[in-house]
Amino acid sequence: MKNLESLVKVENLKAYYFSNVYGNERTIKAVDDVSFEIFNNEILGIAGESGCGKTTLLKVLLGITKSPLSIVGGNVIYKLDQEEKNILSFSNGELRNIRWKVVSYIPQGSMNVLNPIRKIKDTFKDFMETHRPDISKDDFDTLIKDYLRSLGLPLEVLNSYPHQLSGGMRQRVTIALSTLCRPKIILADEPTTALDVVVQRGVLQLLKKIQKEEENTLVVVSHDMGIHAHISDRVAIMYAGKIIEIGPKKEIFTNPLHPYTKYLISSLPKLGDKSFKSSIPGSPPPLSNPPKGCRFHERCPESTPMCEKEEPSLVDMGEGHKIACFFVPKGGKV
Amino acid sequence: MENFVRYIILRIFQTLIVIFIGVTIVFFVPRLTPMDPVAGTINRINAYSPMDPKAVEKLVDTLKDLYGLKGNLLEQYIRFWTRLIKGDLGPSLAMFPTPVVDVINKALPWTIGLLVTSTIIAWLLGIILGTVVGYSPNKKWAQVISIIITCIYPVPYYIIALILVFIFAYIFPIFPLMGGTSIGLRPSFSFHFLFSLIEHGFLPAISLIIGTTCFIFMTQRALISSLTSSDFINFAEIAGLPHKKIRSYLIRNSMLPQITDLALSLGSIFGGALMTEFVFSYPGIGQILYSAILQADFNLIMGISIFSIIGVAFAALILDLIYPLLDPRIRYK
Amino acid sequence: MKSIMDLMKHDKQFLIGFLMLIFIIFFSLLSFFSPYDPQDRYVVQRDLPPSAQHILGTNSLGQDVFWFLTFALKNSLIIGILAVVLGRIVAIIIGLLSGYIGGTFDRVITTITDSFIVLPRLPILILLSFILKGNLNFINMALLLAFFDWAWPSKRYRSQILSLKEVEFTNTARFSGRKIYEIIFKEHIPFLIPYIMADAISGFLFAIGMEITLSVLGLTNLDIPTIGTTIFWANYYQSMLKGTWWWISSPIVVLIITVLGFYLLSVSISTFLDPRIRIQSKKTGDK
Repeated sequence: MKNLESLVKVENLKAYYFSNVYGNERTIKAVDDVSFEIFNNEILGIAGESGCGKTTLLKVLLGITKSPLSIVGGNVIYKLDQEEKNILSFSNGELRNIRWKVVSYIPQGSMNVLNPIRKIKDTFKDFMETHRPDISKDDFDTLIKDYLRSLGLPLEVLNSYPHQLSGGMRQRVTIALSTLCRPKIILADEPTTALDVVVQRGVLQLLKKIQKEEENTLVVVSHDMGIHAHISDRVAIMYAGKIIEIGPKKEIFTNPLHPYTKYLISSLPKLGDKSFKSSIPGSPPPLSNPPKGCRFHERCPESTPMCEKEEPSLVDMGEGHKIACFFVPKGGKV
Repeated sequence: MENFVRYIILRIFQTLIVIFIGVTIVFFVPRLTPMDPVAGTINRINAYSPMDPKAVEKLVDTLKDLYGLKGNLLEQYIRFWTRLIKGDLGPSLAMFPTPVVDVINKALPWTIGLLVTSTIIAWLLGIILGTVVGYSPNKKWAQVISIIITCIYPVPYYIIALILVFIFAYIFPIFPLMGGTSIGLRPSFSFHFLFSLIEHGFLPAISLIIGTTCFIFMTQRALISSLTSSDFINFAEIAGLPHKKIRSYLIRNSMLPQITDLALSLGSIFGGALMTEFVFSYPGIGQILYSAILQADFNLIMGISIFSIIGVAFAALILDLIYPLLDPRIRYK
Repeated sequence: MKSIMDLMKHDKQFLIGFLMLIFIIFFSLLSFFSPYDPQDRYVVQRDLPPSAQHILGTNSLGQDVFWFLTFALKNSLIIGILAVVLGRIVAIIIGLLSGYIGGTFDRVITTITDSFIVLPRLPILILLSFILKGNLNFINMALLLAFFDWAWPSKRYRSQILSLKEVEFTNTARFSGRKIYEIIFKEHIPFLIPYIMADAISGFLFAIGMEITLSVLGLTNLDIPTIGTTIFWANYYQSMLKGTWWWISSPIVVLIITVLGFYLLSVSISTFLDPRIRIQSKKTGDK
């Protein structure tokens, strides 16, 4: 295993949404005691069903804690200039310093994140001016053109308005915007959702290429296991606000340990495999009222009485492969 | 560009239709009443000094022609339009024989001055307040402003004007109760005249500003509020763009619907100006209209109505034509 | 639904608006107990300031201001409600038809509607009321007001229908064979009702405001007691200059309570209903 440098340490992170509407109080435990590390020069995939807390996790990694989201506990420690700092205690000014230069964000493919009344080149200019005020106007023009060229984007894009571009092209422009300042970590939230399959492939290739050339870190959130199979180096599986398994891609796909992961992997169609795919019985629990004990126990075929009472924490199974379960680490016995 | 040209033509066409419908209404309505302005004028003249019946007959004919009442309805309609295009709105009945156009022209500058000044100020005020309150709705001062405006907004414009008169001209007689300037002053660029102008125009302008600001504040606040949670603003904030930049994004994106709104509400803003003049006896079109109503001066009433329809429709057209210049989505389709 | 009303007591705006509304209704119902007929004049001493005998004083026409006002409020409310009902019915029919049928029909109707929107309402209303002065009873007044307030709402209803047409559940219903009118009545109209409710209140406010405006100019039937005609007569007898301030200020106060109360209600109702009304045309999955 490559001895990689740790960039971000997430320790026991708890981020909940609090809402009080017409006397109805609700607490949504989107991220409930999550711990993991993000290393340099890797692609980390975060997988899980809709509503398992993936997007909230990304928000917190960016330091976005606007109400109704609030951090209930834990730390998010970034390694900045050889020092370790907990960004959850950063001021707005300090957060703005790390945004885009240290960590940037690629939003979901379906979103319209480009200012509809501004030409693409002006949007680029706005971003550049904010983070690289030292660059002069002429240098800026050449810089942008070179960058677009290196990403394989046509230069006509610059003089267009967002509505004149296709969805796939918009997503690629957004990727260019997010990687402009060569950040150390790029968080991509469902980067290929709502794009057709051919375009998806193009976007994934682009992401892979950027990561390879810059040797930075890419965190890809997606419910599509196929994407993780394609580009991720490591994969973390989230379920109901918790990470239940994490490990190198090969391990996860060829040797899934957690019962939930097993279902996820087995549901992927493989060439030549004609067996029936079974879906997991039941549905994911509501984050406002998660079940006691292991979150998965109500749907788990191996569940035991202990699973109903206590929550399992991540256990190292070797080679960086960790799983949160009472059952499996003990070789199937409790 | 092709789409843009099509848009212009469509809007011009629409404006013409609006004017056509409006003017036709104005044409037909007085003719539906049993009142006969010719007889009315004859009676008035007769009251001063009785006339010879032969002369009366000739007079009736001349008057009918002047009042556009000669011939059957269709002939009247056609003649009405021919005169209108030539700019002839007929004579004022109450101030016979002063042509209606002259009466209107004398009063118009007052109304336009009042309208333009107060609309511009109100627009700026409304946009600024709406933007800051929409962007940070939870701050104390934002909530205070919202409450104040919420209480003023639903009150009909006339009542606002009335309350202003009540407080500032009656209880605390700071401002003069009526008129455009002190009586007898001649228009000039002297300080004395300008001061009097402002003194008399202050309350009317304030009342219009209050009413219009509330309206624009409401729409702007809602616009900014929804824009603030839009995807591209979120992205810009995540990307760490400075507040100034984000504010400019917000304002520019809100301009588009605001201009359309302005075009649509010109009609009611104009109506507000009319009511202002009525309350403050300000010598503009509204005041003229009111006395025309009291004196059953048909031609004047019709003339003013036509004027306002054409004026508002064209102003709306101009605003609508500016819109594509600001919205690239229509320009390049 | 009733329990929701109780829940709404968490919304201060709703509470205040609701209380104001109760007050207004109570006040106008008092008119049924009035010892004076509002059409009678010179039944009490003129121009008396408020006292125990006459809570809001008397006016220059020899009437008790308080009891007269109860009738005025009641009539203004009736005219407003009538105007809104008539105007909104027309707007709904035109908006729905235009949205569903589409095509040339829709384009023609839209052009006509747009023309009505841009027309400066006041001058034309003045013109029309001037002509119809004698015949302006309740119904005619309401019709006149409704005639000028159907355009903008019909445009809004049309756009709601247009989005509803595209939404998933309509297509599902259509493909599963339900007839058009069934879809309209059973699926769409229930969806629209809350929206129409909040919107109707703003129409009501417009109608009341216009009635006052026209009455104050002397263009309505001045024998019918309404808020507007009360102010007209107060002005006619120069209430401010004579010092009989109670005559002109009491309708203003009553009006402000009415208008504010209804407005707060409409705002809190539309806030309450908002997340459900907003038609979500998301074609991709949620987070």
